[in-house]
This record gives sequence, structure tokens and C-alpha cells, in this order.
Amino acid sequence: MKIPSEKIAVQMASVGYIPDRDLATALWLMESLSRPLLLEGEAGVGKTEVARALALAHDTRLIRLQCYEGLDQSGALYEWNYQRQLLAIKAREGLDASHVEEHIFSEKYLLERPLLAAIRQSKAPVLLIDEIDRADEEFEAFLLELLSDYQVSIPELGTIKATTIPRVILTSNGTRELSDALRRRCLYHYVDYPDVDREARIILARIPHIDAALALQIATMVNLIRKEDLRKAPGVAETLDWAATLAGLELRHLRDEPETVFDTLVCLIKTAEDKSRITQEVSDRLLGKVA
Amino acid sequence: MSAQAQSIGEASRHKMSGFIRTLRDNGFVIGLAETRDALNILGGEAAARPSRLRPALRALLCSRQSDWQKFNEIFDAYWLLRGMKSATRISGAPQKAPSGLQTVESGARGLGESENADHVQRGEGEALEAGQSKREGASRAERLSQVDFRHLTQPEDLAAAHDIAARLAKSMRARLTRRMHARRSGQKLDLRRTIHKSIAHGGTPLELVHRQRKDKPLRLVVLLDASGSMSLYSSVFLRFMHGVLDSFREAEAFVFHTRLVHVSPALRERDAQRAVERMSLLAQGVGGGTRIGESLATFNRWHARRVIHSRTCVMIVSDGYDTGPAENLGAEMAALHKRCRRIAWLNPMIGWQDYTPAAAGMQAALPHIDLFAPAHNLASLQALEPYLARI
Repeated sequence: MKIPSEKIAVQMASVGYIPDRDLATALWLMESLSRPLLLEGEAGVGKTEVARALALAHDTRLIRLQCYEGLDQSGALYEWNYQRQLLAIKAREGLDASHVEEHIFSEKYLLERPLLAAIRQSKAPVLLIDEIDRADEEFEAFLLELLSDYQVSIPELGTIKATTIPRVILTSNGTRELSDALRRRCLYHYVDYPDVDREARIILARIPHIDAALALQIATMVNLIRKEDLRKAPGVAETLDWAATLAGLELRHLRDEPETVFDTLVCLIKTAEDKSRITQEVSDRLLGKVA
Repeated sequence: MSAQAQSIGEASRHKMSGFIRTLRDNGFVIGLAETRDALNILGGEAAARPSRLRPALRALLCSRQSDWQKFNEIFDAYWLLRGMKSATRISGAPQKAPSGLQTVESGARGLGESENADHVQRGEGEALEAGQSKREGASRAERLSQVDFRHLTQPEDLAAAHDIAARLAKSMRARLTRRMHARRSGQKLDLRRTIHKSIAHGGTPLELVHRQRKDKPLRLVVLLDASGSMSLYSSVFLRFMHGVLDSFREAEAFVFHTRLVHVSPALRERDAQRAVERMSLLAQGVGGGTRIGESLATFNRWHARRVIHSRTCVMIVSDGYDTGPAENLGAEMAALHKRCRRIAWLNPMIGWQDYTPAAAGMQAALPHIDLFAPAHNLASLQALEPYLARI
């Protein structure tokens, strides 16, 4: 018998995301317990990608809310269309004020923002709340309320209940400590850099027609580079860029052309300090370890 | 409770609640809803093998990276009775905070203070007297506030100094926030409210409603040197830090000697004495001097991103005797300075007669310090407040 988490792993793999077993289990639990999933990890390990792949796997919409400092209800939940409202008030000048009020605070003038949109879909979407740590604490509290009730009350309009419960994925980069309440409410998964084997499979899944041996070499090399003392370790996206570059250059074996390898390292190394640390010699030394 | 949870036996349920309790003892935050879900998982198909149960419970019951890393070990210890020792909670017997009299080796002396550092009145300045009139306090407190911490020998004096340090931190918080409220002024229009009000005037927005941008509260990050040469001062500063953490909503505390220890969780303990005890246990050095440069490097690398935001003041309390290379300290100070709003370096030795910051580490750090101030008695701590209010 296949357990549900394995089914999800297969589904995710079919749309190009290779989850490890822990993540697959977390995704399955997210379904069965209908709890949000909190993903933490270094930048570039593919946290956002999980949501994208999940939406693809379930063939549903991905609704994304990018958090930033000062994000409030009007940016996240709903906003009234003020220009149209003003016009409407002008057009109805002289009419009874309460009548006008009723008219301009109706559905027609309501602008949906991601959170409201997410609970009003006919098919449960994937709601990605990206970088929740960038938003203020007040917003976090508000979000917590929404995530437990799945209903929104708009003072002028009344309460809107969720038609479907979205699958919610939150990501955090750890720039701020999240509240215990939010953490408790969510399932948790720490996304680490993939190991060599998984990274090679990711490359194979994402870069069409790449040679399997080359993919393995690239994954090994990137893994070695991450172990160097770098300010910014390369993420999976960088690996894919690099793999695409090398595949485009029709390289057969990394060790055949150490200079090409060194020149294309710009795909992986993103700060001047790291650049000065990974010299041609270092690159050659690491290449020597790649089988 | 769902049917699944009902179906599992009393014994398993008991075992699970024991597991949850073990996790809570290890600092996991787990509520009733999670316990119920855990029982559901136990009754479900995932429980067939530990290899399936473990990732499921891990996703459900962990809520931060440190939990995530500890979980497997605790799980194995509890369910598979493996590696029992390593999973038990580390909680040594409480130990007295270091106190009492020791001699402090005096530093090399020679050069003048840095030019570009801000200044706070030394010791008994006017700023301080203005502050004192507002603060309630007996004459005993007045007297104590001027005494160098080194000279507090009576236990009751020391206790009183501790109390004042804690109270000082609280009153700083109150005054700093009041000033913030007064500064607020509206900039942006609140269209939603404005339109609401304009309905009565036929759509002409006569009454404008403004929206105000919220001020970010000042965040204090305190890095305390707990090495041997600071031992006479650190106990009082620990109390001060406890007070700061207790009253500032946004504050973080670290202690360093040969390495850096994050002590905010320990200091959040409500009871001051217990907090300080827990902390001094954490802060015990292994000897071998102070590595300020290395500790700062650790801070910059692992903590700075999380604890520093745009309105953060980093407060370093240290005598500046670094056993590591001075260039190292200089470079890390420069990196830290780029990140935070202000760096205040409190050096208890400034309060001493004719002290000059000649130690190599201190010299390397000085160019990156915004405020170089004394911190040898309570009055000097209090003199900091007007400075913090301006940040």
C-alpha cells in the first residue's frame, strides 16, 4: 500500500519538485489536518518553489502575498475602490445619504487583495504568504485570526465566510522572530540545502537533455562550494542557472575544462568577498574532489 | 476528539502524552490542538512504522529550527529508548551569580578618547541631575548611584544596586515610549475614513482624515562581557539586562567571554534572581581570556540578521581587553556598524581616574563606536537615557 505522503511526493516530482520524505509528510499532514505549513531555511533553498509546485500538482491557482514592512489590511485583504466611490457619490448628489452609503459599500466597489481572494475561490487554491517575517507583528496577529477562522469581517459589508479552505504555505527567512502562537498553529519544516543526490535529481528534472553524469558532477561541485566559508552560499536556483549554462556550453565533464568552470562560477558566487575567496586554485582543488 | 483518536488504546494515549510532556520540557511550544492532532496521527496509517511516524510528528510538533534539530534525538530516546542520556534536558543545579570582591588588573594607559564618538556626561553631569529629580528614590539610592560597583561590598548594598538597575531599565522604557508618541504626526490621507465622512457632504471631502505611520520601537541589543576582568561589574549588568528584557518589548541579550551565548530566553524568566542564576550558568567561561572579535563575528554571522533592524542600538559592555587579534575586532565592529543605527560601548573603566582606552582592541574598535561612555556606577547608566531617546 502506498501511503499518502508517497503519493504527494510522486505528484510533486511530476511537476519538477523533488521533495525529501520529511517535506512530503509535512505536505500530506497539511492536507489531512488542514493546518498551514511554515517553511524556514536559508535564502535560495526553494521555499517559494514548494508552493508553486504544490499548486501545479493540485492543478489549482497559486495566490501569493508578498509581505513587507508596513503591510496592512488594505494591502493584504481588501480595499475599496475610492475613485469609483467618489464618482458614484457625485452622480447621486441630492439623494438620501444612507441610500448612497449602501450603494457605494457594495461588492461592486470592493477590490480583492490576496487573502480575501484566497478564501473566495471555488477550488481550494494554494495561498503562499511569502517572507512573513518582514511584516509587522500586528499583521501576524491578524493573520493568525484569519488562519484559524477562515472568515473576514468587513465593517461596511458584513462577514465573508470562506467558500473553500486554501492550502496555506508561509515562508520565513528569519529576519525577525515569529510569535509562538503562529508557530504553534503551523506545521513546521526546515528546508535545508539538498544533498548531492537530491540536487542532481532536481537538475535532471529541471534542465532538459542534460547528461546525468554531468548533473551529478555539478551537484557535487556545488555541494563542495557550500562547504567553503562563504558569505552567501549558492542556492538551488543558482545551481540550476549554472547547470543550464554548462549544458548550454555542451560541456561533457567538469574536469576537462577547469577554466570554463571557473569563468562560469559567476552564476554561483554573488559577492565580491566570496569572489576573492574562490580563486582559480580553489576552484581547481574542489574540481579535483569531484569524481 | 475524532474517531481515530478514540480508537487507539489508553496505553498509547498515555505514552503520547508523556512524549508531549518531554518535548515541552525541552522547550517546545505545544498546545492542546497539537496534542489532539498528534493522537490522530498515531491512530492513522502513518503510525505503522517509526520511520513514518517520526517525520509526521516532527512536522506537527516542531515550531522552530532548534526544535527541528533536537526532535529526532528526543524521538529516538523516547520511543526507541536510544541515546537516552543525550536527550535529557540540560538543567544543572542553580548556582550563585558571581559576586564579591576581587582585584581587577588595571589597564595600560596613554592615549586620548576617540574624536568622532558621541558624548554623554560623565558621572555626575547636569543631564543626570535633571533625570534624578523625576525619579523617586530614597537617599540610600542616591548614595548608591554614585558608588563604583567595585566598591559595593555589603551584600545589602549590592542587592539594592541590583534593584535600582532593574528599576532604571523599566523607567527608561516608559520615558522612551512617551517621547515617541509626542513626535507622531499624520502624513498620508486615510481615504477610506475620508470618503465615509464625505458622504454627508455629497462627496466633497471636507473633513480629511490622516493616517499616521507607526514608529518602530527602539530595539536594544546588549552584548555583555562576562570575562574574569569584568566579573565585578557583570552581576549588576545582568540585573540591568534582565530589567531591559523585561520591560522593552524589543530587546535581546548576549553574553560573551571566549564565545558568544544568546541569553534572552534565560533572562525572560520573571523572577530576577532565578533568571540571573540561570544566566550565569550559561555564561560561565572556560577561562583563557576574552575573545571579543570572535564573539562579534559569531554575532554578525548568526544573530545580526534576526535581531537588528533599522532602529536598533547595540550596546556593548566590556573593558575592551581582547585576547584575539585587534584587526579582527576592528573588522567585525565595522561590519556591525553598517548594520545598526548606533553602537554604544560602555566601559566600566572610563569611570576610573585617568583611564585612557589604550588596549589594542579598544583602539581598533573606537572608530566604529558612536558612543563611548562610562558604566561604573548607576548614575552613569542613567545618563545613557537621553542619548537613547534621540536615536
